[in-house]
Amino acid sequence: MYLVMVVGGWFSICGASYEYETVRWFSPSGRPGSQLIWIGLSFVLIFVVMMLDSNFYSVFANLFYILSVLLLIATIFLAPEIKGSHSWLVLGPVRLQPAEFAKFATALAVAKVMSAHAFRLAKVSNLFIVLALILLPMLCILLQREMGSALVFLAFLFVLYREGMTGYILLAGLCAVTFFVIGMKYSDVMMDATPLGEWIVLSLIQLISMFFVYILQRNLLHTKILLGITAGVALVSYFLSFVMPVDFARVTMGLIAASSLYLIFLSIKHWLWRYLLIVLFAVTSVAFLYSVDYVFNEMLEPHQQMRIKVTLGLADDPGGAGYNVNQSKIAIGSGGVLGKGFLNGTQTKLKYVPEQDSDFIFCTVGEEEGFVGASAVLILFAVFILRLINLAEKQKTAFARIYGYGVASVFFFHLLINIGMVTGITPVIGIPLPFFSYGGSSLLGFTLLLFIFLRLDTARKER
Amino acid sequence: MKTNLNYTLETRRYIISGVVILSVAIFIIRLFFLQVIDNEYKTWADSNAFLKKTMYPSRGMIYDRKGKLLVYNQPAYDVMLIMREIQPFDTLDFCTTVGITQAQFNKRIADIKDRRLNPGYSSYVPQVFMNQLSAQDYGVLQEKLYKFPGFYIQNRTIREYEYPHAAHVLGNIGEVNRQDIERDNYYVQGDYSGRSGVERSYESVLRGEKGVEILLRDAHGRTQGKYENGKHDVNPVSGKNLTLSVDMDLQAYGEQLMQNKIGAIVMIEPATGEILCMVSAPTFNPGMLVGRQRGRNHALLEKDPLTPLFDRSLMGVYPPGSTFKPAMGLIYLQEGVITPDTHYSCAYGYPVLGGKPACHGHASPLSLIPAISTSCNSYFCWGLRDMIDSRRRYTTVQEGLDVWKNHLVSMGYGYRLGVDLPGEKAGYIPNSKTYDKIYNGRWSSSTIISVAIGQGEVLATPLQICNMSAEIANRGYFYPPHIVHRIQDYALDTLYTNRRYTSIDRSCYEYIAEGMRGAVTSGTCRGAALADVAVCGKTGTAQNPHGKDHSIFMGFAPYENPEVAIAVLVENAGFGATYAVPIAKLMLQKFFSGEISPDNKYTEERIMQAVLLPRNVVIQENKHVANR
Repeated sequence: MYLVMVVGGWFSICGASYEYETVRWFSPSGRPGSQLIWIGLSFVLIFVVMMLDSNFYSVFANLFYILSVLLLIATIFLAPEIKGSHSWLVLGPVRLQPAEFAKFATALAVAKVMSAHAFRLAKVSNLFIVLALILLPMLCILLQREMGSALVFLAFLFVLYREGMTGYILLAGLCAVTFFVIGMKYSDVMMDATPLGEWIVLSLIQLISMFFVYILQRNLLHTKILLGITAGVALVSYFLSFVMPVDFARVTMGLIAASSLYLIFLSIKHWLWRYLLIVLFAVTSVAFLYSVDYVFNEMLEPHQQMRIKVTLGLADDPGGAGYNVNQSKIAIGSGGVLGKGFLNGTQTKLKYVPEQDSDFIFCTVGEEEGFVGASAVLILFAVFILRLINLAEKQKTAFARIYGYGVASVFFFHLLINIGMVTGITPVIGIPLPFFSYGGSSLLGFTLLLFIFLRLDTARKER
Repeated sequence: MKTNLNYTLETRRYIISGVVILSVAIFIIRLFFLQVIDNEYKTWADSNAFLKKTMYPSRGMIYDRKGKLLVYNQPAYDVMLIMREIQPFDTLDFCTTVGITQAQFNKRIADIKDRRLNPGYSSYVPQVFMNQLSAQDYGVLQEKLYKFPGFYIQNRTIREYEYPHAAHVLGNIGEVNRQDIERDNYYVQGDYSGRSGVERSYESVLRGEKGVEILLRDAHGRTQGKYENGKHDVNPVSGKNLTLSVDMDLQAYGEQLMQNKIGAIVMIEPATGEILCMVSAPTFNPGMLVGRQRGRNHALLEKDPLTPLFDRSLMGVYPPGSTFKPAMGLIYLQEGVITPDTHYSCAYGYPVLGGKPACHGHASPLSLIPAISTSCNSYFCWGLRDMIDSRRRYTTVQEGLDVWKNHLVSMGYGYRLGVDLPGEKAGYIPNSKTYDKIYNGRWSSSTIISVAIGQGEVLATPLQICNMSAEIANRGYFYPPHIVHRIQDYALDTLYTNRRYTSIDRSCYEYIAEGMRGAVTSGTCRGAALADVAVCGKTGTAQNPHGKDHSIFMGFAPYENPEVAIAVLVENAGFGATYAVPIAKLMLQKFFSGEISPDNKYTEERIMQAVLLPRNVVIQENKHVANR
């Protein structure tokens, strides 16, 4: 526990002092100073958090949650527009982002609800309550037009998974992302008469369906039948393609339809609903594939569409949407193995990277400390998160365990999205790197999130 | 059952942990590619962050042979603006201050913003709004500058000429064009380089070396100070100074004498090959091609029907006329065609061809020295006939002519002399192939007889004519003429420090020199005689099919140990004696005494007032003079 404390404290101080030195170059009284104040405040907060009784958090979890949701709703209407979103409450000289505080409140609420004695995730009504708990703040934040923070709430899916939610939901999410990426990336690529993207995704769907048949039923016969049909049709259409143009996507589509009918027949014959589930998967997947374009074009903002396209390499826009990522990659890439040395980064110093002290803080690490330093930071984060998971597992109360997982998941999601964005793997979604990025709200938010858990952990040891 | 469930759920922590580790591993691999494997990002970063600002060296200065400063640098002021920093201001006030109209102002702003015209445009980067503001406008604008945010003034240097003379020799500088940039990577768009004269031929030493200042530039293109305190900066190296061999007084006097005339004066110091003056008329004030008026004035000079931009002293090719006769005499002597005692007859013309070319009255028959002095046409025609028509020396007429030609080439005719000024012409000396082509291989001295007296196909520049006289002055050798006496820190090209001997024996030259001395004492150019200096000379009249003949004089002085060689050519001036001779006399007196003696004042006045221009362009010329 002390170790994590030390690591956590070290993180804050390192990140902050780093910040201080970096920015001092240009404005001695600006951001570094206020960040120090925030650090001071967070120490006060730690003290307060550690002093309060550990039961306080579970008792007042609901209150925290309700307060923060109300605050989020109020923010939607009260907040002025800053950088395109309405997520900042301005109180005199201080600007607060309530979304940061909603994270720990939601984590507490989820933990409280799920640790209730009668709670069973398998029960549909219970599952809905938890999902509602998660989705409500997420919706509010989305209404504030703060995409990144809203996405963080998806981190709680990990918590649900740990607490018994079926893994197929995560798998489905993974499939959805995969289908989306492949579908988008190759959407306009044609291979003779075949739309390449469609064909790949449809083939994947067919293969996964067959795989499910195999692992769910351990039924080699049906799998073999399906495999045989698929292979036969594929071969025939392949040879046909020499004679006439064949749209393989259509062929695969036909295959999926045929397999689905076969599975429906099987499920009725054996009265087994699992076959139906597989059919459901196949059908929704196909539906998903064909609705992707619609969702992408109609539901996302143009700048979000652009960011996704840039990430997938479909569009090149170094002056606009791609600018951040491009400059960020240049900054990190120019660091080399050992980096340019502390305070010697030219790219970050000269403000080539936008948001370099908040969301893109990792660029400074990458440029000045190089591959070695950046990897060290990543490994430290990994150790930190694994340690949190480890601690969560040690908890004796369900409340503390679930909350611990919540904390670990939120940190992990931040790391995932932030580093992914900075290194150009995922689309640009503005989200801070915990303890590193400048910003009072996020620092206080993360401090609360972490130290409430540490308080709970201390309580475990006391008993 | 329940424990079993919990047990399976607890294993899920490993799946979640695995996901965390996998993600971080992917990130680290990604970082490895970005930072370690791919070097491209490093280069990008440098071009992002470093602004390599060129520091321009000051261009070398130019002095005359007596150490007078001729060309130096003067500050000029470019009005720059940064679009981004402009705030509303009184445009009318601004326009009147820099002397433009509101419409011009708007057009200029639109042009700067137009990315087709200005591909590198950025609202953060300084743009040139106006070039080379005058010092006066600069003063006024400087005071008011605080009213015009976004505008500032950048100093640069342009050329300043101390004297309004020697425009052709000095040349001028102008903005480099695309070919220059492609040929020499020293230049970038907007640089200046020598366009003509020594500015061009000595560009590489005059320009110096650019320095570079490495500045840090932020994302908006604003500079944020020096990179590592200027550790990697390179200071510019100033251009080298040039000392010309030209005597500016002589040059100025020559230009004065040649005013309202067309032609050239070239004077060479035979002992070194240095050019003392090089006048081409009409000329212009070199200051005209400096600063903002350069473009307009250049167009004006280009349109002038008298082609003042054309340097007649080394680009103009003329039939050398009788000034060619000394060279003929040298060849005949060298080839043994004649001896100094050989006499030829003349009957007011060349008897072989029925008195053509014609000649004037003099004693006949006569030997070489009086033939030079009286400029007898027949003598040299006879000589050519005896040289190439006789089969005693050469088996064919072709062989004979080629021997003749090779001698002339050794004397500097027919090829460029290699003067250190751009644009020199080679002149023209025909060879046997030329005539074979014209006359189908059947020709003799009679066919081509006019070359013997410097007419017909032969062509030479005034520089070549002057060089010929320098070579007679030296009795058989010359240094290729050159205009630069000394280059700071550099040695002169060995081309100019090595003697070039002609293919004629030294002994032959004495007769020619004596003949040229006789021409001044008792022959065709008595008008060139000076009281205290033994001048030697030879007149010439170049036939001009377009109008009056060109008047030519070539000479050197003194007779023994010559100090100067001269060639004067005045277009459309008739006989050599009429204008070229007195001009040469005045130039020589100026050279030897520094001033004109009272008894020559009348001649000086007559020459200066003479107008020898084609009638239809006189008026324009006057307007042009008024422009200076």
